[in-house]
Parts: sequence; structure tokens; C-alpha cells
Amino acid sequence: SPLFHKFLKEALNKVPKDKCVTVRDALNQAMDEELERDERVFLLGEEVAQYDGAYKVSRGLWKKYGDKRIIDTPISEMGFAGIAVGAAMAGLRPICEFMTFNFSMQAIDQVINSAAKTCYMSAGLQAVPIVFRGPNGASAGVAAQHSQCFAAWYAHCPGLKVVSPWNSEDAKGLLKSSIRDDNPVVFLENELLYGVPFEMSEEAQSKDFTIPIGKAKVERAGSHITLVSHSRYVGHCLDAAAVLAKEGIECEVINLRTIRPMDVESIEASVMKTNHLVTVEGGWPQFGVGAEICARIMEGSAFNYLDSPVTRVTGVDIPMPYAKILEDHSLPQIKDIIFSVKKTLNV
Amino acid sequence: MKTMLAIISNALCRMTGRNAGARVVVSRSFADFTPQATFDIKKCDLHRLEEGPPLKAELTRDQGLQYYRTMQTVRRMELKADQLYKQKIIRGFCHLYDGQEACAAGIEASINPTDHLITAYRAHGYTYTRGVSIKEILAELTGRKGGVAKGKGGSMHMYAPHFYGGNGIVGAQVPLGAGIALACQYQGNNQLCVTLYGDGAANQGQLFESFNMAALWKLPCIFICENNKYGMGTSVERASASIDYYKRGDFIPGIRVDGMDVLCVREATKFAADHCRSGKGPIVMELQTYRYHGHSMSDPGVSYRTREEIQEVRTKSDPISMLKERMLSNNMASVEEFKEIDVDIRKQVEEAAQFATSDPEPPLEDLCNHIFYNNPPLEVRGTNPWSKLKSVS
Repeated sequence: SPLFHKFLKEALNKVPKDKCVTVRDALNQAMDEELERDERVFLLGEEVAQYDGAYKVSRGLWKKYGDKRIIDTPISEMGFAGIAVGAAMAGLRPICEFMTFNFSMQAIDQVINSAAKTCYMSAGLQAVPIVFRGPNGASAGVAAQHSQCFAAWYAHCPGLKVVSPWNSEDAKGLLKSSIRDDNPVVFLENELLYGVPFEMSEEAQSKDFTIPIGKAKVERAGSHITLVSHSRYVGHCLDAAAVLAKEGIECEVINLRTIRPMDVESIEASVMKTNHLVTVEGGWPQFGVGAEICARIMEGSAFNYLDSPVTRVTGVDIPMPYAKILEDHSLPQIKDIIFSVKKTLNV
Repeated sequence: MKTMLAIISNALCRMTGRNAGARVVVSRSFADFTPQATFDIKKCDLHRLEEGPPLKAELTRDQGLQYYRTMQTVRRMELKADQLYKQKIIRGFCHLYDGQEACAAGIEASINPTDHLITAYRAHGYTYTRGVSIKEILAELTGRKGGVAKGKGGSMHMYAPHFYGGNGIVGAQVPLGAGIALACQYQGNNQLCVTLYGDGAANQGQLFESFNMAALWKLPCIFICENNKYGMGTSVERASASIDYYKRGDFIPGIRVDGMDVLCVREATKFAADHCRSGKGPIVMELQTYRYHGHSMSDPGVSYRTREEIQEVRTKSDPISMLKERMLSNNMASVEEFKEIDVDIRKQVEEAAQFATSDPEPPLEDLCNHIFYNNPPLEVRGTNPWSKLKSVS
């Protein structure tokens, strides 16, 4: 009937061109597109090829690109990270996957001394265009040795860029930028986010979509207080902001996207507007990302705009326990963020 | 003429008691100097190989003079560095290569400039053989802007095309070398990577990880252990359960080579290069060599070995003397010629040292540069919050 056809046409016109893509698929797309774009790009790591990736992030890539470009390695982090760095020095553009960043500790000398420092030591003669990527931070029930956040460790070192995406657009745009960057990039993913779908704009779905490294994003505008976070906890901050909004507290939520170089200007601009700052991270408090933000705010123009000291919300200062109730209480929960916001605002 | 040379040669061999003597084969008997000769070289010990490098090496007069010049240049350059260090014009780490010249010269003689090479911190010799001038090496040691790394790197961090340093962390260069070999294989350019390490580094776990992957993927990598008998102050017997470093690659074939004989090193490296280029995968070489200096300039080098031992190597196995005597006893060059070369090298090294002592230090504006490659300028925090420094690529 004509009425039905009219209804159908209207409904179809309303279908958004945005679609939902999981972080996993976004990362997969990024690698696929960059592998296709530049034949010097290749991926190596444990289980990345025939297993389709321990967390299936590299699913389908081996089938498409074969043994030359997608390389399964033995369990030899120090060895294969060094091999990846050497390959980068000799003209290739490797993506070196650590199954989790906990295992990168075995290879950390290659990341820091062989990759990060070489351009400087050679006075610009020797570039190292490499990406080290993999899941970072806490997962679920994997206990102490498999739950550490390495953002602060790597972000401490000059010569590295350290990137920490939150949603699918972040994941895709930042990974593409990281692969195209001629310098060593540590790309910190989050296992718990892999399966989470996020809307991706049409623009973000294009093969040339990149997000610049070193620029934060304001995910939610607000006037009462600034929340700064990275990775999974950006979501927590947005959830806390939604609850707080009902009580009339408007939070501005900043997604750092890059840990190093940190976009302090964006944080400062926000603090100059809201006069209050809370940092939220999964890592440990001492010498961490939040600690760095506090120091930078103190040293800069925004300090005089603070109406109260900066508050850090962090993981508890303990190795990660196993039992669920303990694990849940080892990491920032939404109620912890809400509590901290109110304390900072003195309400 | 032929008989007379043979008689003289044999007599010389008996007198010197050296087993690296020569049976001379005269190609032309009318020239003033013998243009080419064939020398017996020591047989290499083999691991997982049916055949090894040849037992004879041919040497032309030109090659001989070139190898002599290379080794003597490295020798004099290192001795100059010793001098400059004692004058406190060079500071920090300085690991000298004198005694080991045949390794660097022999390897370079057998590979192409388009092949790749990476080594550890005792790197000045290789920096030279891979094409960096004496001037740029000494100026890097003295930390001047004319240094090959503009004074930013120092002794252990000198780079050149197809030469990846100079690496300070013991053993870390070995996976890097395997990675460079991977790039050669990936790009299909028939190049290979020579990856050097010492007897001390031979016990690093990352070496075995590299051996495994190199063998698995048949990477064109020549792993070379420069065994100078001491890892810093620890003799090989005190560090390694097995001192057969050429066998430590286990499933990787290996050869043990007289590292004091430049011809032996050359022939062995040629053999190894052929092995790699034919797609057979990696190979391990152990070069038995010796360093006259201690581990570094802060090590006199006599607390863990005797002066007699050092002196014995100097008199009986010095690589430069050995080559010179071979050539002289086969009438391939004259004493005067060698003297001329020595004088010329001394002059070059002196000029380089002059440059290295007079060139200015890098400007302070350069402090934060070269953190990144091909990157827009960025601001770098100085020692205090008001100090905002600039970094360009």
C-alpha cells in the first residue's frame, strides 16, 4: 500500500550512516589498511598469524597477507622485539605485538635503549619507525603478574610516543597515525575494551582517517569540574558524569588519547574554565599519569585558576589480587569517581 | 728465481717457527714485486659442516697493501684515542680495539658495502672499515660537533649507512642484527647482516632467542663471536660452561677461525657469506683474537692476565706484523713502502686528532634536537619549569 511504502522510505532515510564497530575490529581495520597501503609494514608477535591473534585483533590478516607480512614468533619477547627494532632500522615498518604489555618487561631494554634513544644518539642518522602494541593494564581475573599498567613506565622516556586509545575511533585513527609515524610508538590497548562496540562516523570509516598523536579530545563539555582520563576509564568518567548531571554537577570529560607527548594545553584550558580537576586512571598512584598531570598543572598557567588541589583517582597501590571482590575494589569504580568529584567540589 | 724464493721462504719459516708460513707460487717472475701469492691458512674447526673455508688464500699486492693500511690505520687511531683519553680530552667509556684489527679488516674485505654490519661497544675499528673517517671518529670521541653523531653519541654510538653502531647494552645488538637480516630477506635484495658480539655476550639469553628465530626463518645473518678470551675481567673459562663459541649456535653450523690472520678471517667470512646468500640460513663464526688494551681505558688489563701473555701475542701473533712479514718474505712489497704508508697514516691520524681537539663542542641549541625523526618541532622541558627548550628533527 502507498502508506506502507511512504513509511518504509522515511524509516530507511533515518538509518544513520554511522555504524557500530568494536574496538577489536577498529584495530583490525587500521592494520589491514596500513598493510595494504605500505608494503614495508608487517606484523610480528606470538599467535598473530595462524591463531588470528591471542585476542583476535589480527583476525584474517594472515589469510590475506601471508607468512611474509604476518609473522608468528616463538615465545621470545626480548629476541623478537629486538628483531623488530633491527628491521625498523633497516627500512621496514614493523608492528610488534606484545601479547600483553606485562611481557614487554622482558623486552623493555630493546624498547628503550635500542628503539627510543637511537635517533638522538645518532643525531638523526638512524630512525626507528616501529609500533609496539598490545593490551595494557587490568583485565578480569588474571591476577598480579598479568594486570600491570605500563603507561607511566613508557611515558617517562624521551624518544618514545605513548598512545592510549579509548573508543573505536581512537583505536583506528591513532593506530594508523602510529604506524605512519617515523618514530617508536608504544600503543597501549585495553583487553576489556576489545569487544565493546562504539559508533564510528562515516569519516572514521574511511581508509585515510587518522587522529593526530599528541592531541586530547573533550568527550563531554561541562562547566563545574574537569575529569581527565585515558583508555577504559574515559568510559567510567562519562558514566559518572551522567549520574552527576542528575544532581546538577556538569563534568567536562577529557580523553587524553596520547600520554606522551601529553596535551597539557587542553587540560589547562578546561581547568581555567571549571577551576577543578580530577584525574582518573587504572595504574598505580605513585609516579603515575595523574601525578604528572598534577605537576604540570602546578607549573603552568592553570594553577591560579584552581579552587582546590587536584585529585587523583587511581588503582589501589597493591599488586592485583585474584578474588573478584578484591579485584573490583583494586580499581577505580564509578562511585569512586563520583565521590572524588564531590570531595573536590566540597559538596 | 722460483727455487731461490722457495728456499728463502722455507728458511724464513724455519727461523720464525711460524706455521702460517707460505709456499710461494710465483705468477710472474719479471716484475719488481710479486703481484700475487697464495698462502696457507689455518684450517677452521667445523661444527655441523662437511666442508669449511679453503686452506689457501690468494693475496694480490694491492689487496695486501690495502689490508695493511686499514689495519695500521685502526691501530694508530686507537693508540691516538688512548693518548687523548689519558690527556682527559676523551672522557667516559673508551673500549679500544688494538690487537683485533684483522677481524674488522678481514670481514670488510669479504662483504659488500651494501651488506650490513652491527657490533657492540668495541666499535671504532668497524666504524672506520664501514666508511666513517678518522676525523669524524676521533671528533665523536672528543664530543665535538664535527663528530659522526655531532657529539651526541660518543664512543659507543656511531652510525653510518649499513652500519648500525656501536651498541652499549651487551648482547642487545644481536637481535637487532637478526632483524636487519630479516629486512634483507623481506626486501629480497641478496644482502646479509654481519652481527658481532664478544665472548662475554655469548652467554646472553637474547642471543639464543636470536639463533632460534634466525635458524627457523633462515635469516641471512652471520653471527660472529669475537673471542678475545676475556669478558671484561673474566676469562672465558670462568664465564662459560662451553668455550666452543662456534658450537653455541647448536643447530646452526659454525666455524672457528684464527682471528689474528686477516686472510683467514677473509676466507672464512666469504665462506659464511656464500652460505647465507645461498639461502641456507644463518651461520656462526668464532674469531679467536686478542685485545692488547684492557676492557676499557679504566682497566689496566693486567690484573686478570699476565704481561707475559700480552707480550707473547704481540711478538708472535700481531695481525699487522704477520701480514707485513708475509708480504716482505714473498717480495710483494718493500720495507720502504710500508714505512711510507706508516708515515702517511701517522700524518692522517695526527691531523684528525688536531681536528678532534680544536673543533668546537656542539652548540647548546642542539641539546634537545634529534629526539624524533621527521617530526614537527616540539618544546622540551629544561631543568626547571621556566626553561622551555626547542627540539627539531
